[in-house]
Amino acid sequence: MSFQPVKFYQTGTFTVGNRLLAPEERSVQSSPRRFNSLNSGHRACQGCGEALGARYAIDAAMEAAHGQLIAANATGCLEVFSTPYPETSWQIPWVHSLFGNAAAVATGVAAALKVKGRKEVRVVAQGGDGGTTDIGFGCLSGMFERNDDVLYICYDNGGYMNTGVQRSSATPPAARTATTMAVGDEPGNPFGQGKFVPAIAMAHDIPYVATATVADLRDLEAKVGRAMEIHGARYIHILVPCPLGWGTASNETIKMARLAKETGIFPVFAAENGVVTEVLKIRHRLPVEEYLKPQKRYAHLFGKQPRVDVIARLQALADRNIKKYGLLDGGAN
Amino acid sequence: MLKQCEGSHAVAEAVALCRPEVICAYPISPQTHIVEGLGEMVKSGELKNCEFINVESEFAAMSVAIGSSATGARTYTATASQGLLFMAEAVYNASGLGLPIVMTVANRAIGAPINIWNDHTDALSQRDSGWLQLFAETNQEALDLHIQAFRLAEELSLPVMVCMDGFILTHAYERVDVPTQEQVDAYLPPYEPRQVLDPKEPVSIGAMVGPEAFMEVRYLAHAKQMQALERIPAYAAEFKAVFGRDSGGLCHTYHADDADTIIVAMGSVLGTIKDVVDEMRAAGHKVGVLGITLFRPFPIHDVREALHRAKRVVVLEKSLAVGLGGIVATNVRMALSALPIDVYTVVAGLGGRPITMRSLHALFRKAEKDDLDPVTFLDLNRAVVDKQLAREKATRRSGPIAENLLRDVGVVAAKIA
Repeated sequence: MSFQPVKFYQTGTFTVGNRLLAPEERSVQSSPRRFNSLNSGHRACQGCGEALGARYAIDAAMEAAHGQLIAANATGCLEVFSTPYPETSWQIPWVHSLFGNAAAVATGVAAALKVKGRKEVRVVAQGGDGGTTDIGFGCLSGMFERNDDVLYICYDNGGYMNTGVQRSSATPPAARTATTMAVGDEPGNPFGQGKFVPAIAMAHDIPYVATATVADLRDLEAKVGRAMEIHGARYIHILVPCPLGWGTASNETIKMARLAKETGIFPVFAAENGVVTEVLKIRHRLPVEEYLKPQKRYAHLFGKQPRVDVIARLQALADRNIKKYGLLDGGAN
Repeated sequence: MLKQCEGSHAVAEAVALCRPEVICAYPISPQTHIVEGLGEMVKSGELKNCEFINVESEFAAMSVAIGSSATGARTYTATASQGLLFMAEAVYNASGLGLPIVMTVANRAIGAPINIWNDHTDALSQRDSGWLQLFAETNQEALDLHIQAFRLAEELSLPVMVCMDGFILTHAYERVDVPTQEQVDAYLPPYEPRQVLDPKEPVSIGAMVGPEAFMEVRYLAHAKQMQALERIPAYAAEFKAVFGRDSGGLCHTYHADDADTIIVAMGSVLGTIKDVVDEMRAAGHKVGVLGITLFRPFPIHDVREALHRAKRVVVLEKSLAVGLGGIVATNVRMALSALPIDVYTVVAGLGGRPITMRSLHALFRKAEKDDLDPVTFLDLNRAVVDKQLAREKATRRSGPIAENLLRDVGVVAAKIA
């Protein structure tokens, strides 16, 4: 049973940790006893969606594991900003090995725990979209097919932001990056490329796959909580806007994540054993322009001669998501 | 217990006696029999308290090993050739993190052209990776070195590579003395990690290190290998006390004390060389042998001590530093710096080319007369090489080299000179 949205009478928001909720329904993060697994003082950019997502996800995993958690981290923003030697923001046992091997390192950690009979200790692996969907994909797929007892969390900001905003296989079509320049007839990232790893994870028949965004943090916590109830390979893919890479204001991170969900650009759902079991519905359907326009990575679509053709293609992709995942009330699941 | 068995099987038994807790397996010839043997022991219950993980690549094999070793489990894997190169990034990472993983490298050539047979270019490509590198001369020594390797790795908190010649040793059936569990337990204490991922005492491992400390971290890696040079003879002596056998150590001489000409080599070819030296000694030639067991750290003082009385040194190596000559020879030259000794590099046995006694007799006799080029390629088929060079001169689109050469050589699976 995942989190059910509660619309508060006073504010009409989905505010996390509202004190009017019953204690058992309050968020992990609202608790003064939260673990602060990723502690303050790290060096993420202002408005970093990944730092926010990681804080909620790892604290929720810690809560579920009663503080018995080990994390393996891929190279990337999260690794760099959290552990500038000799400082570390991690309050949990944490290991960083390489860019492309976080899933395999986590497999090794889980194997060692198993052989040592440390059943109470759980394992998470985490990385950005580059470390997950590109360079770490072989190790990720191997971990999935062996059904190793690891929760892998991908923080997807749609590119290699740590190296200066280059394209990854999670970069959306038409987006400008340093390697998909906004020039030529088809500016930005080409259509028809890229991959949606949650669907590929489902194809591995692993017990749990979910997507989430940093706009619905209580939903994210609930999904991490559900994932931690299960043993075997689990995958959570979190959309984390990047002010630097997306060209958005640092105070608009959560808004951008919400727009991604409300336009249908990013479907938020959960699947168990390869079947979609729940969908976070769109509350106020919006056209994709609402999501695209505030982002400088799409600025080339809104110049003197707006690229209505490209915007229409992006709208078609969002419409396809809405239909495929049943993102509107009454829509097919 | 004396046993007639395959080299790979002997190694699998030795590793099992060391009570490994995590084994990562990925097939690559000629290593595969080792992990197959171990996998069977785990699955049958003969080897208890051990996780055997079939991974999807060598890169994953070493990465899983990194995770399990960092979580305090005694960890083993094996690879060869392309597999070692495919995991290279993680090979460096394991030593950088100071994780005492033990890995067998069943030495095999590196392509292209693809070749499954033995030489040392795979292991030697990782000579600066921060791993200790031991080279076995016989199957018995391969078995023994694995037991010593776990001890060495865990005492120093550094990974150790045990290198044994692919096919020549891994697939050869020989008599080996397999020690008892009691003997191995007496020699190898349970693994006490220096660093471990444990919620009881959270640590961050693998942080970003800038210019302010990187040099010092790397210096320590070097200093620890230097420590190994001091400790290895003691571990070998202790091994002898428990198992009653001389095995391991830094390097070993054979008829070298009064030799004018000393042949330096690593691995199984030492057996052939010693046979040739026996015959030459019987004929009155003052030749001797230096076998290097420990290539990293390089036992520079012992090598110098063993060679400094010789008139000339012939380094016969199954590796090639393309554009320079020898890899082992370069290291030996450093050990002999400022001494008036000629060092000849002989590149031999690449890609499994047999190194025969007949060729060695001729080679060593030429060496005694100082009639060798600085770099010699033993039994090189010069006619085939010249034909290809002529082809390239004549035609711009001369075609793929290896395929041209094979056509010229004719249909021969393996040709013994």
